[in-house]
Amino acid sequence: MESIAMTRQQLDGDKMIVNMGPSHPTTHGTLRIILELQGETITKATPEIGYLHRGVEKLGENLSYQQFIPLTDRLNYCSSIMNNVGYTTAVEKLLGIQIPKRAQQIRVLVSELARIADHLVCVGVNAVDIGAFTAFLYLFRQRETIYDLFEMAAGQRLHTSFTRIGGLFRDLPEGFVPLCERFLVECEESIDEMERLLTRNPIWHDRTKGIGAISPEDAVNWGYTGPCLRAAGVPQDLRKAQPYLGYETYDFDIPIGTTGDVFDRYLVRTEEMRQSLRIIRQVLDRLEPGPVMIDDPKVALPSKEKVYTRMESLIHHFKLIMHGMDMPVGEVYSATEAANGELGFYIVSDGGKNPYRIRVRPPCLPIFSSFEDQVKGGLIADAVAVLGAMNIIAGELDR
Amino acid sequence: MIIEHIDAQLPGIVTDRHDFRGDQTIVVAAENLLAVVDLIHREGFQLLVDITAVDWPQRPSIQGSGAAGRFDVVYHWLNLASQERLRVKVPVADGGTVPTLTGQFKTADWYEREVFDLFGIRFDGHPNMKRLLTWDDFPGHPLRKDFPLDGGDVFCMEGCTAPFNNGERNQER
Repeated sequence: MESIAMTRQQLDGDKMIVNMGPSHPTTHGTLRIILELQGETITKATPEIGYLHRGVEKLGENLSYQQFIPLTDRLNYCSSIMNNVGYTTAVEKLLGIQIPKRAQQIRVLVSELARIADHLVCVGVNAVDIGAFTAFLYLFRQRETIYDLFEMAAGQRLHTSFTRIGGLFRDLPEGFVPLCERFLVECEESIDEMERLLTRNPIWHDRTKGIGAISPEDAVNWGYTGPCLRAAGVPQDLRKAQPYLGYETYDFDIPIGTTGDVFDRYLVRTEEMRQSLRIIRQVLDRLEPGPVMIDDPKVALPSKEKVYTRMESLIHHFKLIMHGMDMPVGEVYSATEAANGELGFYIVSDGGKNPYRIRVRPPCLPIFSSFEDQVKGGLIADAVAVLGAMNIIAGELDR
Repeated sequence: MIIEHIDAQLPGIVTDRHDFRGDQTIVVAAENLLAVVDLIHREGFQLLVDITAVDWPQRPSIQGSGAAGRFDVVYHWLNLASQERLRVKVPVADGGTVPTLTGQFKTADWYEREVFDLFGIRFDGHPNMKRLLTWDDFPGHPLRKDFPLDGGDVFCMEGCTAPFNNGERNQER
């Protein structure tokens, strides 16, 4: 890290050091980039991260498996439900259990809603950073509806903590499905409106085409996943490639780009939103009644009613809270396709109540590590566009 | 499948293996890491998904031999063509080093810095072996098991050489 005092000494010739962040409006969270400029051209960019480091992995070693779920909300806080799903899927892999069908379907449903919310924020805010404010307003109306749906389902808008190991915290309430149906129609219209504002807008083209372009080989080498990798032309989506939660039974397409620039990332995200709407439609059509929690007293907490009336349930409740689940000794890595890319959880268990080691593999860390490569030689205004299209969420970047 | 290839082309290099819940895992020594990486890179494992580490402070005394070491550096690879995953674990002693992978994988840069930051494991040949998440003067390495959960020193200022702590900034960097 260069301190400000050092950068002053380095001021010579036309070189100028601009300190972007840690609380710059376009960094969307606390991250700092030290830019070295020659005129308006970037000659060096040094990202500095860690401003939002909360020691999530250290905390996880001292919390039980269930207690870690609220911490996953705070990773990618734009789509926290997907982190809940990713984490509980990993623990279920460690336990070797299968969750009920309805729980899987609802997890897919809320994950795709969260994916839309995340992409809406990413695209909308990226446009705002570049100067197109209007699209953002159309999009945010839909995000509001998604958060209303989350509030109905989980009781919380942002920090949902909706899943539990072995299923879900509760079933969808009445009124959820009708609102979701209405959302499907309105969101489609909003995406159309947004596309009319941006997709063929010459100013948008000037600002995004060729900016942050990356070859497929480089993207893989940098560890890209998610929309940024697909925009570069690599059709890698874990929902298709390594299906989980029954994704193989849904009919949807994987959009890919060609150049990997900001414009392609925008197009990929836009199309992914439409595909997510398709998946939600299919989930709503096939949603069947049933339990949303696994029927295994060694994993699932018994209902309060049973705890108060049955001795056995009371014992199970006590054992689960005090001693935790019976965890096998071993290590698993489980990855899900989150909105930003591959969200991985690597859990090492020594058989105890708490994980021995829990590692979160955030999708945007490797993407952000290529930032200097992406903006070098470009203009400072392009750095803002690239940063927005990478969709850096400091919560999962720093953990 | 990839493990058979490694066995065939680099016999005896894999010191341990297991296949828990379908995650294929091999353990190799630090000095053999680059040979294995070369091989699997040629075999199509081109996406380095993750680098992390696990601290086992009790391990050397349990196994009795100094060879095992205190830490495991854990690599995860993904083969985009076959969608096969591979986990490679490299045991390293406290104070030992692991060769860097920044030559083959640009993404290794930040991951290795993060492991250095949180565990204090150095990577040989890394171009910029500095802390990633915590600051330069941070005392200790937080993900080691002997690092207290509350950070010990509430202001984390012990040994700090920043200007506001009555000292000059570390000049040796």
